[in-house]
Amino acid sequence: MQQVFKRPVSLKDVQTHFCPGCNHGTIHRLVAEAMDEFGVRERTIGVASVGCSVFLYGYFDVDVVEAPHGRAAAVATGVKRARPDSFVFTYQGDGDLAAIGTAEIIHAANRGEDITVIFVNNTTYGMTGGQMAPTTLVGQKTSTSPYGREHAKDGSPIRMAELLAQLGGVAFSARVAVNTSRNLMDAKKQIKKAFRYQVEGKGFSFIEALSTCPTAWGVTPIQANERVGRELIEYFPLGIFKDTADWNPQSSPTAPVEQPGALPFPEFMHEI
Amino acid sequence: MGRIEIDETRCKGCGLCTTACHLKLISLSKELNVLGFTPAVTTNREKCTGCALCAELCPDVAISVFKDK
Ligand SMILES: Cc1ncc(C[n+]2csc(CCOP(=O)(O)OP(=O)(O)O)c2C)c(N)n1
Ligand code: SF4
Ligand code: SF4
Repeated sequence: MQQVFKRPVSLKDVQTHFCPGCNHGTIHRLVAEAMDEFGVRERTIGVASVGCSVFLYGYFDVDVVEAPHGRAAAVATGVKRARPDSFVFTYQGDGDLAAIGTAEIIHAANRGEDITVIFVNNTTYGMTGGQMAPTTLVGQKTSTSPYGREHAKDGSPIRMAELLAQLGGVAFSARVAVNTSRNLMDAKKQIKKAFRYQVEGKGFSFIEALSTCPTAWGVTPIQANERVGRELIEYFPLGIFKDTADWNPQSSPTAPVEQPGALPFPEFMHEI
Repeated sequence: MGRIEIDETRCKGCGLCTTACHLKLISLSKELNVLGFTPAVTTNREKCTGCALCAELCPDVAISVFKDK
């Protein structure tokens, strides 16, 4: 018999600290598989963030820089500009990328830095005990929204993949999930596509991977994967929001968003 | 014909592989492993097709899959 499934070479053969069933482990593996496929392991520099994925350097067999909370995209900018021949990726949670690191990700994306960002959205701050994140669903109970997130007080969850797709510097933006075999197979494809963008020097690529936090959600790993299918995907639809390399002027969904010219000075400002 | 090998010392007993297998060949053991979890075990092994769906869903890369080519 021939081995048809094995650990990717880019993923170290060690026990992770992730809780049972946490999708971080699965997403790590898919990223490592893409590294193997493109043969970039030797020239990859990962940028780790703060959150449950903070031990990235212990799991991937590549060089890793540890960024302060939220700053991974800015650190990756420096790494890529100093070492343009390297393959640079960040791996960030939603508390990291969509809260404290919003400025860094938006400007790195808008500048069109030639990096790949893996954004793991589990709708909570897992590492610190399950606080509300900007991505927490309305009604979702967390340790800082014990009665559920309220739209009136807390606003709506941020859809980062769609938001970033509007920026001129973004070449590729997609949202994937790994909760079922079918979604996982598609996630593999999109992650490889995001890698291809950087390997071919085609600009900033962004993957939002819906994930779970069975521990903070207070459910079993199986229930957590089911919740992704039932609740998360409904608000955070899977799909490709921008794909400039495949861009075909006839198919509008993947067309780059028109950049508006300078906006007129608002009328009311003249009176102040 | 296929065969899977579950690394019992790495399995955290999350149970996701049990939902992935269409033939329901995987269940959780009643015994604890060295980590203190109830690891995945296979039953009716001869039915395994080697589709690897269980291994794909395992967050701990604890399953290796072999297949007759
Ligand atoms: C400057 C700073 N502020 C706050 C913290 C505390 N902190 C550690 S991890 C974290 C949030 C992590 O959540 P997320 O990025 O969603 O990752 P997850 O753990 O869910 O994977 C916070 C607020 C910190 N380490 N540094
Ligand atoms: S706390 Fe949540 S995000 Fe962190 S490892 Fe555990 S399940 Fe995963
Ligand atoms: S390889 Fe396929 S058939 Fe065999 S145990 Fe895993 S999921 Fe079931």
